[in-house]
Amino acid sequence: MKPAPFSFVAPETLDEVVEALAAHGEDARILAGGQSLVPLMNLRLARPEVLVSINRCGELDYIRLSDDRLVVGALVRQIDAETSPLVQAECPLLAKGLRHVGLPATRNRGTVCGSLAHCDPLAELPAVALALEADLVLTSAAGERRVEAHDFFVADMTTCIEPGEIVSAVAFERQDPSERSALLEVSNGGSVFPVGGVALRWASAGGTCTLARIAAFGVGSVAQRLVDAEDALVGTDLGPTAIAAAVAAARNAVNPTGDMHADADYRRHLVGVLIERGLLEGEGP
Amino acid sequence: MTDECEVTITVNGRNRRSRVEPRRLLVDYLRHDLGLTGTHIGCEQGVCGACTVLLDGRTARSCLHFAVAVDGSDIRTVEDLASLDDLHPIQEMFHQKHALQCGFCTPGFLLTTVELLESTPDPDEAAIREALMNNVCRCTGYANIVDAVTEAAVELRRGRQP
Repeated sequence: MKPAPFSFVAPETLDEVVEALAAHGEDARILAGGQSLVPLMNLRLARPEVLVSINRCGELDYIRLSDDRLVVGALVRQIDAETSPLVQAECPLLAKGLRHVGLPATRNRGTVCGSLAHCDPLAELPAVALALEADLVLTSAAGERRVEAHDFFVADMTTCIEPGEIVSAVAFERQDPSERSALLEVSNGGSVFPVGGVALRWASAGGTCTLARIAAFGVGSVAQRLVDAEDALVGTDLGPTAIAAAVAAARNAVNPTGDMHADADYRRHLVGVLIERGLLEGEGP
Repeated sequence: MTDECEVTITVNGRNRRSRVEPRRLLVDYLRHDLGLTGTHIGCEQGVCGACTVLLDGRTARSCLHFAVAVDGSDIRTVEDLASLDDLHPIQEMFHQKHALQCGFCTPGFLLTTVELLESTPDPDEAAIREALMNNVCRCTGYANIVDAVTEAAVELRRGRQP
């Protein structure tokens, strides 16, 4: 099918973008890479009256360090973040997660912030944002507010973005060089969409686990941080007993639903398997 | 503002200026406004890859872009690869290795292969298969396509000019 008619504006600065959003309110949608929005428009599941393209806003195309954060602007394409030496050095978990997003051709165009704003329950990046304790920068004509990832993702395709706001940047916590991290997922027959997966970060000092961050996707209506599983690891030797406790806590915390790809029990089991595999086998692909 | 907009897009090296409705998909702009029907439309939702073109040198789904949104960009389509009687080495290897049956998906596979071999002249099979994730073929089972890409890489490394 073809999209319903709409108006198109392509401002060149963030100020002009938020002006356009303020003028059009709920009728407007932001077009960044469009790799999630345009399929919905082609199927007429989305019918925005106005598209505000940010593709001319060069000022939103940046990756930079700011104190303990790695900040990614709204126009950074997934492929450019994935291959950025700065991302690979400061937030290797983000680079690992990006490798699983969509397909090479959609990563060439899709943006990091766009995937977060879209909030697909099967998307990798919301889980990465939770594990990296990211802040989302929401900008509107009224100014700017920062929202923690934990509060940003609300439910399936639902975030706390208000009409008139744009995710102008996302600020991820920088990983310590001693940290390890992994992103593991399972999909059916090489499908783009995974059945479920986990994003992991952990660190040890003198044989004791000092940090654990675990987030899962595909096992609920929205990506989920698994704090009980993290608590089961910190202070331990990361041995089999600790891992078993974390696996049990994770399975207890998730509330998956079944569909044609996998039933709920499978997904609950899967989240534990992937956490164990990640912790035992390390870095992962 | 749903009125037509003027866009200037470089397509296969030529500057093309057109007036398009905002909802005009890039693939329809190429096929209907410019008459470049080598780019095929399959699923229209980004899954199949038949409509793959190079957008500023990188593969992109032309069904997932609006022509107005790529104003000022550089597009390459399958028509840019070869003349009627002189195939691009990648096309020649697809021919020799039987990497197509019905051929509907082939234009997309060719452009994915161009992108891969421009950035990775000597890809291993894993790299080839990862790049080919871009595209779906319902006929071949992919084995011959992987062979064709492997052989095309050899030809291009030998210095065969596209």
